[in-house]
Amino acid sequence: MSEAQAHAEVHHHSPPTSFIGKYVFSVDHKVIGLQYYGLGLLAVIIGMVLSWLMRLHLGWSTLAIPGLEKLSAAGAPGNVMTPEYYLSLMTMHGTIMVFFVLTNVPFAGFGNYFLPIQVGAADMSFPHMNMMSFWVTFTAFLVLMAAFFVPGGPPLSGWTAYAPLSAVGVEAGPGQGTGQTLWAISIAIFCVAQLLGALNFISTTLDLRTKGMSLARLPFSAWAWFITSVIGLLAFAVLLPACILLFLDRVAGTSFFIPSGLVISDKMQAHTGGSPLLWQHLFWFFGHPEVYIAILPAVGIVSHILPVFMRKPLLGPRVLVGCMVAIGFLSYMVWGHHMFVSGMNPFSAILFSVPTLVITIPATIATLLWIGSVYGSRMRFTTAALFCLGFISVFISGGISGFFLAQPSIDTYLHATYFVVAHFHFVMGVAAIFAMFAGTYFWMPKMTGRMMNETLGKVHFWLTFVGVYCIFMPMHYLGLAGNVRRYAAFTDDFLSPLIPVHQFITIAALITGAAQFIFLFNLIWSRLRGPKAPDNPWQATSLEWSTTSPPPFDNFGGRQLVVNHQPYEYGVEGPDGDYIMQTAPEAAKAR
Amino acid sequence: MGKLFGVVLTVITLVSTAIFIFHGNLLWLPVDISAHGHGVDHQLMETMYGSGVLFVASQLLLGLFVWQAAGRKEGWKYKTFPGGAKPMVISAIALVGIEILTLSFVGSRVWAGVYLSPPDPKSLQIDVQAGQFAFYFRYAGADGQFGGLHPDKIDEGSGNFFGLNPRDDVAARDDVVVASLVIPVNRPILLTMHSKDVIHSFYVRELRIHQDIVPGLMIPLHFTATQTGRFEIVCTQLCGLGHYQMKAYLDVKTQDDFDQWLKQQEAAQ
Amino acid sequence: MEMAAGHHPIVMEKSPYGIPPGKLAMWCFVISDAVTFSAVLFAYGYLRVGSPDWIAPFQFFPTIVNGLVMTFVLLTSGLTMLAAVEAAKQGRTAAGTRWLWATCALGALFAVLHLLEWRRMLEEGWRLFQNPTGGSVHFGAAFFSVTGLHLLHVIGGVIALAIIAIGFARGKYNRIDVEITGIYWHFVDLVWMFVFPLVYLMNAK
Repeated sequence: MSEAQAHAEVHHHSPPTSFIGKYVFSVDHKVIGLQYYGLGLLAVIIGMVLSWLMRLHLGWSTLAIPGLEKLSAAGAPGNVMTPEYYLSLMTMHGTIMVFFVLTNVPFAGFGNYFLPIQVGAADMSFPHMNMMSFWVTFTAFLVLMAAFFVPGGPPLSGWTAYAPLSAVGVEAGPGQGTGQTLWAISIAIFCVAQLLGALNFISTTLDLRTKGMSLARLPFSAWAWFITSVIGLLAFAVLLPACILLFLDRVAGTSFFIPSGLVISDKMQAHTGGSPLLWQHLFWFFGHPEVYIAILPAVGIVSHILPVFMRKPLLGPRVLVGCMVAIGFLSYMVWGHHMFVSGMNPFSAILFSVPTLVITIPATIATLLWIGSVYGSRMRFTTAALFCLGFISVFISGGISGFFLAQPSIDTYLHATYFVVAHFHFVMGVAAIFAMFAGTYFWMPKMTGRMMNETLGKVHFWLTFVGVYCIFMPMHYLGLAGNVRRYAAFTDDFLSPLIPVHQFITIAALITGAAQFIFLFNLIWSRLRGPKAPDNPWQATSLEWSTTSPPPFDNFGGRQLVVNHQPYEYGVEGPDGDYIMQTAPEAAKAR
Repeated sequence: MGKLFGVVLTVITLVSTAIFIFHGNLLWLPVDISAHGHGVDHQLMETMYGSGVLFVASQLLLGLFVWQAAGRKEGWKYKTFPGGAKPMVISAIALVGIEILTLSFVGSRVWAGVYLSPPDPKSLQIDVQAGQFAFYFRYAGADGQFGGLHPDKIDEGSGNFFGLNPRDDVAARDDVVVASLVIPVNRPILLTMHSKDVIHSFYVRELRIHQDIVPGLMIPLHFTATQTGRFEIVCTQLCGLGHYQMKAYLDVKTQDDFDQWLKQQEAAQ
Repeated sequence: MEMAAGHHPIVMEKSPYGIPPGKLAMWCFVISDAVTFSAVLFAYGYLRVGSPDWIAPFQFFPTIVNGLVMTFVLLTSGLTMLAAVEAAKQGRTAAGTRWLWATCALGALFAVLHLLEWRRMLEEGWRLFQNPTGGSVHFGAAFFSVTGLHLLHVIGGVIALAIIAIGFARGKYNRIDVEITGIYWHFVDLVWMFVFPLVYLMNAK
């Protein structure tokens, strides 16, 4: 018996019986996946509410928002948001969304649930470490949320926490005391959790594939989770020390990021000799791969779902995987494109710009592969399929604006304007979220054993699809007009005339946000009352559809799956219809 | 559903593109008043055309294929895109690759012209200090020398924003410190920028210029303004609660008006 | 179908590297941790290059000598670790356990020497933010954070070695677990081979 097999045996454990063992401290990857998903859902609701508060203030800066004073007496006296509280809410919005939603759900959520199943394993390689990853992530979330309730409130330095603003302490502004320290601690804890998770994903993908599941037969989602975990392994490894050094600057008197001679609030700072640019280098060396950590699982999920509803395989599957690998690799070479005008040597701007533009190529290839796959198909327009198609559209929109920002000469004008806000929201805040929706509508029957309501799903889709374009497309125009970002209010001569555009965006945001409650209702109602889901409601081929809905504790009921086929054999003469499952006997050949 | 998707996507694409084209004055770049600005604008427009075409083509193609996918009957045998993945790879590499090379090449020269070229030796040098939440500007005065900066001497209350020491430092005595950036038109200007507290940024839309001001560094920035008028300098790097209000005015005057203004300021010191 | 715990022959696809999960995970951890140390060393280098007032304060005696002794101790512990893995591979449990304890002891000795050195420096007035020789304050920040991070890893390794030694003797852990611990320990050793030249030797007077 090989060593791999010996280890695989070790991880057959009997199902838990207590409530705590089953639902709280569970080592079952499926429960852990749902826990991550639940955490992500909580986080996205909080993040979305924060965005409504922000948008209301931007449209109507003197608006009294009922209840706001209860959240923070100092931040919103008389329910009117102060500029500093706007910045605090903005910081928390970004931090919560990037870390606890975008890194969480597509990767830790769906990945934890489906990676072991898609490779044919009974669980992850290290179930106990997996459980720890979730609870460490949850701890990080609690520490971050605590920032809302400490004196001074949450930090106001943005999710990017540039030093010295983030490093000097309370003098720099409200929220820059305990709030910022908690931020640094929370993110450091989050990094540790991600590292543990990545170890599990990599090990499971390489070592626990069942017989016949060669790497060439992995579904796109599995490839994406694997590549993402490799990226994360190296990226979070840099953010962790960066947060530690920031923490030391704040509490231990070091000056890693704080230069000499600073005078803040009429007080001369004792710090000397540090470099604010050092923080930016460390942060963005993590930060750029991080955005690909956010989008690659989405790419994998959409690529996995589309063939099911097109009833045809994706064009160029190996090319697509190659694109994902290329994007992952290139993501480490481009961090300086966030720093073109930062004060770093302007020559490096040219150097960073080249790989940034080159990354466009695999992204374009992937997009063309998707579009070319839809060609000649007969699609079944389920909600999941619609969100996949919507993903392609918003990915194009978001990607195109990146093309502008990748060039330093243009970034000179567009840096720190709403053009940038439009860009990253389209790719992260919309595209990645669309993939999460697609994944939910697609996999919810498998995870809960209940079908979601398709009519509600479609209403949700249409309102959201049109809504996000109404919210984020106008931001490009604002950016071209030079509308600066991270402003609490628009008082400058050239900005005041743009406020009506902001008001339009706010209204669109509120309506689109309200539409999300249709999704939430659908989720909960279907879980409780939805029609029972069969094992394979979509007639799909990958391994998750070879088992019950929901799967048993060990995923396959004690069976050893043997894989004989590629994952996207659709539109062929199969034993059960126009598809051949991966586990179908070898004799069932494609036409 | 699919046909609806095709229609909605087409509408979204056409409406978005139309607004880019028929943008009016409000939602577009302001007048270009800088010697290097045309290079930036040209780069922007080239990219706009290139990516605009890609945007419209890809969205409409997606919409078209989805429309077609919706119209097919039961029993349809799927068709593969002619050539398979190869045309995708080739067109991506070729189209995007060519665009990248061209834009990079031309764009680098525009960038280098602004940020990597040495300033004109006859530039008017103006010292800029950014701080929470205002910009201040310093002229060398009649002696043509800037006084030394002493952060420990900064006293906003008495107007000593730069921390000058006129008592012991001769060069500092005639330095002119003001809250607006006043410059003569058609004259090369060299700004030397520093921050007294956190990172700020210097952005003038009309000048097509942008530079973060980092504490601990003295950052040079040079440009030439080609039109007179009053324009806004705004801070674009999040610097605290007053970030949204942190601004100053750029006053571009004729050489004569500027000389007169400077004389008045020097007399007032 | 009922799942009997553990007795179910599993046929797996070969891992591309033929590495069992535990070892693979440790390798991945080591790679990630190497990136973390690289980031901290990068910060140290960045600040050192940017500090015009950087003065190298280390005398040959006691600091460099102590550093050489610590290096010798750690390298020897690498040898004892190799012996432990070799003994475990050959099934010689008692010998393997002895070598594990030897490694653990040497690691603990390293930690003690390191902490004594820290105590001496603190007494001289060195702090994260303070330099008694009047040079750059970043010296203390860089020194304590880099060596501190390494020391944390050494102490963690010492504890792990003790746990593995006890468990290996009792048959709870097998030779693969010893190997996995070995990977970690050699990594800690390797990091020191970067820290010692960059932080000690390059700051020798």
